[in-house]
Amino acid sequence: MDLATFLIQCLNSLQYGLLLFLVASGLTLIFGIMGVINLAHGSFYMIGAYMAYALAPVVASTFGGGFFATLFVGLVLAVVLGYVLEWAFFSFLYEREHLQQVLMTYGLILVFEELRSLIVGDDVYGVTAPDWLSGTIPLGEVMTYPVYRLFISGVCLALAVGMWAVFTRTRLGMMIRAGSTNREMVQSLGIDIKFLYRVVFAAGVAIAVLAGMVAAPVSSVYPGMGNQVLIICFVVVVIGGIGSIRGALLAALLIGVVDTFGKVVFPQAAGVLVYVLMALILLWKPDGLFKAG
Amino acid sequence: MRSPKFLFTAAVFALLALYPLVAGQFGVDLVTKIMIYAIFALSLELLVGSTGLVCFGQAALFGIGAYAAVLLSPESDAANLAWLLPASVLAAAAYALFMGALSLRTKGVYFIMVTLAFAQMAYYVVHDTPLGGGTDGIYLNIKPVLAIGGATLLNLDHAASFYGFTLAMLAGVFGFLALLLRSRFGRALAGIKANEQRMRATGFATYPYKLAAFVISGALAGLAGFLFAVKDGVVNPELMSWHLSGAVLIMIILGGLGHLRGALIGAFAFALLQEFFKSEAVFGAFAKHWHLGLGLSIIACVALLPHGLVGLPAQWRARLTGRTPRGGTGPAQGAQHG
Repeated sequence: MDLATFLIQCLNSLQYGLLLFLVASGLTLIFGIMGVINLAHGSFYMIGAYMAYALAPVVASTFGGGFFATLFVGLVLAVVLGYVLEWAFFSFLYEREHLQQVLMTYGLILVFEELRSLIVGDDVYGVTAPDWLSGTIPLGEVMTYPVYRLFISGVCLALAVGMWAVFTRTRLGMMIRAGSTNREMVQSLGIDIKFLYRVVFAAGVAIAVLAGMVAAPVSSVYPGMGNQVLIICFVVVVIGGIGSIRGALLAALLIGVVDTFGKVVFPQAAGVLVYVLMALILLWKPDGLFKAG
Repeated sequence: MRSPKFLFTAAVFALLALYPLVAGQFGVDLVTKIMIYAIFALSLELLVGSTGLVCFGQAALFGIGAYAAVLLSPESDAANLAWLLPASVLAAAAYALFMGALSLRTKGVYFIMVTLAFAQMAYYVVHDTPLGGGTDGIYLNIKPVLAIGGATLLNLDHAASFYGFTLAMLAGVFGFLALLLRSRFGRALAGIKANEQRMRATGFATYPYKLAAFVISGALAGLAGFLFAVKDGVVNPELMSWHLSGAVLIMIILGGLGHLRGALIGAFAFALLQEFFKSEAVFGAFAKHWHLGLGLSIIACVALLPHGLVGLPAQWRARLTGRTPRGGTGPAQGAQHG
């Protein structure tokens, strides 16, 4: 492997890792704060990718188009979707066993996949990146790297910083952290925990949808794409330690590196490497790398 | 002893025994498949419902039973059931011992994910190596027979004999688990589910109990996998995929955790709902969107049935008498099986 290839693989693993982090951070938020094992999280990613495909023409005809306009409309829709979903399907489940929530979110996966099939169909679609991001930058003498992939990494990094700021520097973040530690206590201090949960859920959905929309031009849009990303995101969440955003970031980057380089160095064993890594880490640290405090 | 629960179970098995007399080939085939899923669901119920260990890798054990059945069968001769069945079950139990010994070091969601990891490792071994025939899977050319001294007692190539054999296995597994859970061992598992800390404080080393439950569960899953391989005559990596681990978990939650009947009801409900929404006679062209109906029914079940399908009679009784239903999965209830 020469230097340019190595550099490209590094950038690829960084981009893949950061994208995984984006999807997984929503999952670890919902998981760590609300205690909901949300199997439908992959579906939100899928919905995001389909939104990038289906909304672009609609946005173009009403608002005159633009990549960021589509992203913005998608995000608004995602927040509304998350807010309504939490109210309709989750608000009565917190008192119940965790596995009941698993069953509920499994039902939601099936419904979302079929609605997707009814509304958009089962074909694979490509999504084009905006012109000003579709170029490449040269790496070395013969290799080039697409600008759009760098853009994805940039968006993910910006969101990671934004999330960190909200969590550690704002009142809302403080309430959320308190709510994850003790629901009753926060409620008795006069904070509307139901509203807080709804906000967290909506934020988690919005982040997953954003990840899907941003990833669509690279990954293309296809049926079942949500399920593929779901399991790997759970891997990220448990390696990092449930509820830990910092852990999710580290775990996602680790998995990005292991998966990307695994495919180049040991193509036969690429699929299993991630799981071997998870098993080893959890046998070494049964609570993940960073246990959320 | 002659409680409604016992009568219900007895009635289910009596109906299953009589079913081939009235059903056609399609029906017999479908119910055979569902009974195999029921054995599979019972194996997981021992872990999830009775011990409180949520295993998300059960399909690997199912798949190992199935692959062992095919790989150990001779190329051009019928294998004898008398050694092939125990060998397949042992293969699954051996992997369960390895998987359980390591994954039981973790707890809760971490346990769920470690069992998934071990299942995915097994999945990639059969998926990516020539050992298991890759993605196409391998065929079982000649189905095993039960023969003693040259005389064939039971040929599993027959749909009717296979139905009877599967039913007998299902009844055997159900009876075995019902006895097991009533034994001292079963009580210890119920105690671990209710409060592991307290069990340890009373002097139980909980790890060997959990490991034993894991291995028994793996052996039973292997039995279900064996039956599945013999039924279809083919195995492929999809038998080990996490989708199947998820589906069987959904079956037992749908049926109601903490009851053996729940696993039985859940397997039937899940498979029959699937068949119903897939049926073109009822839904016409819309039948290809059967996931929608299945998903909506599952959501309705969660919303309306807090204790699964098995809690339905108690809920109705409560509605009639105006009292609140008893908690279905609390420690007091957890000890009642059957």
